Amino acid sequence: MRVVANVLVDGLAYGMVLFVIAAGLSVTLGLMRFVNLSHGAFAMIGGYGAVVLTRDARCSFWLAMLAASTATGVVGAVLEALVLRHLYRRGELDQVLFTLGLTFFLIATTNALAGPQVQLIELPPRLAQPVDLGFRTLPAQRLLVLACGVVVALATAWVVTRARFGIWLRAAVDHPEMAAALGIPIRLVQNASFAVGAALAGLGGILGAELMPLEPYYALKYLVLVLVVVSVGGMGSLLGSLVASLMLGIVETASKYVASEWGSLFFFLAMALLLAWRPNGLLRPRAAA
Amino acid sequence: MTVEIHARASRCAPPWRGSAVVLTIGLVAWWLLPDQMGLYTRIAYTALFVVSLDLVVGVAGMPTLGHAAMFGLGAYAAGLFALRVHADPTTGLLVGTVAGAAMAAASGAFVLRYRGFTFLMLTIAVAQIAASLLIRGRAWTGGDDGLTGFAPAPLFRLFAFDLEGRTAALYGLGALVIGLYVARRVVDSPFGLAVRGIHENRARMAALGIPVIPRLLAMYALAGGLAGAAGAISAQTNSIVGIDSLSFSWSAEALVMLILGGAGRLHGAIVGAIAFTVLHHTASSINPYHWLFVIGGALMLVVLFPPKRLWIRLRDRFRPFGSGARTSTSEAR
Repeated sequence: MRVVANVLVDGLAYGMVLFVIAAGLSVTLGLMRFVNLSHGAFAMIGGYGAVVLTRDARCSFWLAMLAASTATGVVGAVLEALVLRHLYRRGELDQVLFTLGLTFFLIATTNALAGPQVQLIELPPRLAQPVDLGFRTLPAQRLLVLACGVVVALATAWVVTRARFGIWLRAAVDHPEMAAALGIPIRLVQNASFAVGAALAGLGGILGAELMPLEPYYALKYLVLVLVVVSVGGMGSLLGSLVASLMLGIVETASKYVASEWGSLFFFLAMALLLAWRPNGLLRPRAAA
Repeated sequence: MTVEIHARASRCAPPWRGSAVVLTIGLVAWWLLPDQMGLYTRIAYTALFVVSLDLVVGVAGMPTLGHAAMFGLGAYAAGLFALRVHADPTTGLLVGTVAGAAMAAASGAFVLRYRGFTFLMLTIAVAQIAASLLIRGRAWTGGDDGLTGFAPAPLFRLFAFDLEGRTAALYGLGALVIGLYVARRVVDSPFGLAVRGIHENRARMAALGIPVIPRLLAMYALAGGLAGAAGAISAQTNSIVGIDSLSFSWSAEALVMLILGGAGRLHGAIVGAIAFTVLHHTASSINPYHWLFVIGGALMLVVLFPPKRLWIRLRDRFRPFGSGARTSTSEAR
């Protein structure tokens, strides 16, 4: 019973981190149809930014979290405005190759700047201390991760479905010419969505640094996990991504607790089965597409 | 249109032409560069692997990021065969080929029912599952440490594998030449035409009565066999098989090589494999992270300035006769 509870808590925390990182990719890949394999690198930029701010600049963790994710968003916005927007009309293969090249480039840059060792974000004492939940104690940081995941899920779902910006985004995606004719600032919408997605990835990188250690190959190592979450959850479906990341997070954590000698077999087995069962996303019935 | 022109082109150019060119250049390089036999062998089996990937990506039009599964399985099969059964290299090569083809047929029966991004993700999953199983079977495969302790017997019972790797290099070259010939014949056959038709318009080919999934499955299995052969050669010539032979990055690198050389024409795969492997060898002998700078920069440049256009421009410059029609169709693709 205790094992089940442990698996659930850790799996949920892991899944929430996956979701926060994947949310941005779900929008760019799912709604804007841009295959961005440098998304993992954005998470890495956020994480490294927080490391530099907390350890070297000695600023508070909360400020570092805010500043590092904003900075990641700015990096994303600049990249989108300068280069990536020219690739929107290109084929998927071109997008894959360019963003993969960008990821390699960023990995090499990270190594040149910070070295190949694992970096740690310094947590404030209040987050580092354990909290008693009754059946087990866990670091307060995990609670922060869970809370942030819930907030991000609610906020993104509200923006995409209810807010004017989400309506603009969906209009710009469905029919760019018509949307532009109606006076929707398409370029701004695309740029802002991309930037917000990058900022969320940066936030996920900071929150998940305890579970996914920050090192130069981070960008490539966790990219596959994030892609899995988006593809299982369904293109552009934020709720689907949330369900998928929680399920897969629990599967991965459970297999680490119970059957660690099998590696990530169960994670990918679960992914293959879910994808085979619902190729268009968990929450979409097969016939709808 | 493309099909018709290709048929005409293949009537002019005999199917053995590409293999003959590769054989000639390979033999000259073998004679000129006796110090680089390790790199030479690596290029040979990498090129064979990328040719097999071209059959899936360029010819059949199914982008995959899990092709290393077939390569790795062929490598493990050949290694295990040499270790447990018999050390004869040609039989081992056959075993690796069959293993790769069987893996492709078994996984293809499942993944080929899906298309596009779902297919791509499923191929990744298949490769990862195979890698996890191989790590788990530590007693047989050596797990994370890799499979070692085998050495190939003399080739055809005549030519021993020497330390310098001169036999290994010729062995690799021979396999590449034969593999390229087989791939060329398959692509130009009616079966290959059907697969290319499916690539261009799946619905129309289905309406014409072509069984789409069985054709793709046959092509996938064939490509898997070639990839398995490439893996077997890597196992025999290196005398070690690591779990990284099934890795995501090996699949991704092969895809990069294919795009660098140009997909869908088979010889592009060989050009890409040579360029990439030589670049890799040079840059990573300086510093492994510098290599990432080089390949990252190269990838971004390739997308911004596509080699296909440069290639066509070059070809037009050097081939004045009959190039007009082919150029227009290549560009239209």
